[in-house]
Amino acid sequence: MTRKQRRMSFILVGLALLATAAALVLSALSDSIVYFYSPTDLVEKKPKLDQRLRIGGLVKEGSRSYAPDGVTIRFVVTDTANDVTVSYKGVLPDLFREGQGVATEGRFGPGGVFVADEVLAKHDENYMPPEVAESLRKSGVWKGKEGQ
Amino acid sequence: MIAEAGQFALILAFVIALVQGTIPLAGAAKNNSRLMALAGTSAAVQFLCVLASFGCLMHAFIVSDFSVSNVAQNSHTLKPMLYKISGVWGNHEGSMLLWVTILALFGMAVAAFGNNLPDSLRARVLAIQGLIGAAFIAFILFTSNPFLRLDPAPLQGNGLNPILQDPGLAFHPPFLYLGYVGFSMAFSFAVAALIEGRVDPAWARWVRPWTLAAWCALTAGIALGSWWAYYELGWGGWWFWDPVENASFIPWLVGTALLHSAIVVEKRDALKSWTILLAILAFSMSLLGTFLVRSGVLTSVHAFATDPERGVFILALFLAVTGGALTLYAIRAPSLKGGGLFAPISREGALVLNNLLLTTGAAVVLLGTLYPLILDAVGGGKVSVGAPFFNATFVPLMVPALLACTVGAMLSWKRADLAGVLGRLKAAALAALFVVLLIVWRKGTGDVLAALALGVAAWLIVGSAVEIAERIALFRGPLTQSLSRAAGLPRAAWGMAVAHGALGILVIGITASSAWRVEMIQLMKPGETVSAGGYTLTFSGAVPIKGPNYEGIQGQFTVTRDGNEVTVLRPEKRRYPAEGDSTTEAGILTTIGGDLYAVLGDPSENEAWSTRIYFNPLVAWIWAGALFMALGGMISLTDRRLRVGAPKRASKHAVASAE
Repeated sequence: MTRKQRRMSFILVGLALLATAAALVLSALSDSIVYFYSPTDLVEKKPKLDQRLRIGGLVKEGSRSYAPDGVTIRFVVTDTANDVTVSYKGVLPDLFREGQGVATEGRFGPGGVFVADEVLAKHDENYMPPEVAESLRKSGVWKGKEGQ
Repeated sequence: MIAEAGQFALILAFVIALVQGTIPLAGAAKNNSRLMALAGTSAAVQFLCVLASFGCLMHAFIVSDFSVSNVAQNSHTLKPMLYKISGVWGNHEGSMLLWVTILALFGMAVAAFGNNLPDSLRARVLAIQGLIGAAFIAFILFTSNPFLRLDPAPLQGNGLNPILQDPGLAFHPPFLYLGYVGFSMAFSFAVAALIEGRVDPAWARWVRPWTLAAWCALTAGIALGSWWAYYELGWGGWWFWDPVENASFIPWLVGTALLHSAIVVEKRDALKSWTILLAILAFSMSLLGTFLVRSGVLTSVHAFATDPERGVFILALFLAVTGGALTLYAIRAPSLKGGGLFAPISREGALVLNNLLLTTGAAVVLLGTLYPLILDAVGGGKVSVGAPFFNATFVPLMVPALLACTVGAMLSWKRADLAGVLGRLKAAALAALFVVLLIVWRKGTGDVLAALALGVAAWLIVGSAVEIAERIALFRGPLTQSLSRAAGLPRAAWGMAVAHGALGILVIGITASSAWRVEMIQLMKPGETVSAGGYTLTFSGAVPIKGPNYEGIQGQFTVTRDGNEVTVLRPEKRRYPAEGDSTTEAGILTTIGGDLYAVLGDPSENEAWSTRIYFNPLVAWIWAGALFMALGGMISLTDRRLRVGAPKRASKHAVASAE
């Protein structure tokens, strides 16, 4: 096998791998990425409710409560214009606070309650999930540093 | 005063790094040995200056000098000493100073051990290191000065985020940085070689130990981080495919590819320009990772104190370093002469396949990590890309890599007998088949993917054992002969077998803990019990506790197995008054068979508490596997062939068995 042929065979294997990877990526991107919605986006854009969504905003003051089973937590995510009720079965992150930013991921269940299986709260005073920060800035609720 | 000294030392280091980055380059171009000799001296002095600066910052933290703004914002007098020290790099400014300190340490190591390098190569490598150092010191001085004073000084500091008050902070970032920054060595050697226009096996013998050392540190750093994220609640478990986690994983993947391709350069004098490209990419990905972590452009559960302005500086640095190196590569790489020929079925061919799969995997992870940014930039909306994406793309790419790993390790150089090697791997294939059938029989066909994954693990582990057994001719002669052969086997062979086998351990841990995890959430009153993983947990209530700088509530679960008490798990909810934050600490019983993991939730009526109990089967194997991989790397590092500066000398026997 000459040097040229050898090089060609490796390039072909490489291209085949890249094509496989591209196919995997494209199919995965259509199935498994999750779009972010603020409570107002949900009202305006009306996403299909059976898909997995990420919803974020501020945790409404005084909205955190336990469901009758004693372990499912409910709270309201708001951007002050609109609200969404979220239920989450589990232990909330330590920095989850009423009146502060939160991002949740899950699906809508029966009765219009968003059933989250993941709750991300900010980790320190200087951090707010970027998409939450931007949607809050848009609705004029929060005036953090530009671009943060 | 000491803070000013620290800043002064850093400015001095900046100036010296500039000298180190320019004059030796000119010296190498003019073949002036006096100018080139400046490289070593300045690298040593630069390291001492940066170290002094780092020491000054550490001093400020230890004595709680709150007139230094950084200390006031991130420390507190009541904080335990371990966290005062690790708090130095628990913030952005300090962690960048640690970054630069490690960079300077590597530079000095080349200066100290590089006496047998050609003068011009040594001068150029140190100069590139100096330029990188100068850029990062400038970054610290101009955007993130850790020595800024506060006037008037506050009486007390704000304290460190309690989540970071953990032994994990003391070890995870330094190891990670040793890895990230260690790849700067491969980068500097690559750029120096491009300037020289020459890459030879001697060059690879130099690059490989540095890459290997950096890779070991990065592997250990990622493993420690993964373990920390596992026991710390709210970080998504041992691996979350979070952007910050991916930021460390991409350089690891590229670094692993580099590690393997450098072997081909060293042994066969082939794949040179590809190896150079990987060396450039490995460090570029480290810089990109630093940018992603520091800028906060992506939503992460691990984001701390991010600042977009600083992000822009690092992005510019990344573009300059990567762009410059790739331009140089484009100009010079075609002139690098290719070396030994080889057939597709050969050790070289297998290593090429390894490289293609690893780099494609790295590209997929990179794409998934950056996709939200790309889509947002073109106005496609806000998205998040999580585990489902990576499981669907990355895992299918790694399966062939794992399967080929065992075969490739046994192929001979140049041209190999695939059928013969597969025949010798019969034992590994049978073991894999046995494991798959056993799991399907015990767990049913619903777990067939997990069964196949465990089969792959058996293939890796038994395959590595077969590889060693073949080399020492076990069972084919007297045992004493095999033992003496084992002693004579190059350390690199042992290292490879250990690392490849460890990969199997890692796969077992990942598979079992993902497929057969048990999770229970319930309200428990004192005296009530739950069972998980063969253990019975009895809740005996919650009591108040008091720590050095926190107070809290501790739940108590008595764990029994077959009626015998095993231990008492004490998950806690802590409140740190200085920082005004609370944390939840899990109670964990770690065994080889699996982890029992208890979390105390919130109180309910009648002394009942919401509790979460998990059983994570074989989860500790994940970190054991990763650490054994790092151990394999270290064993390989002790190979006399790679010993930096050692003359190439080995007994005839060792040479024969190394081939």
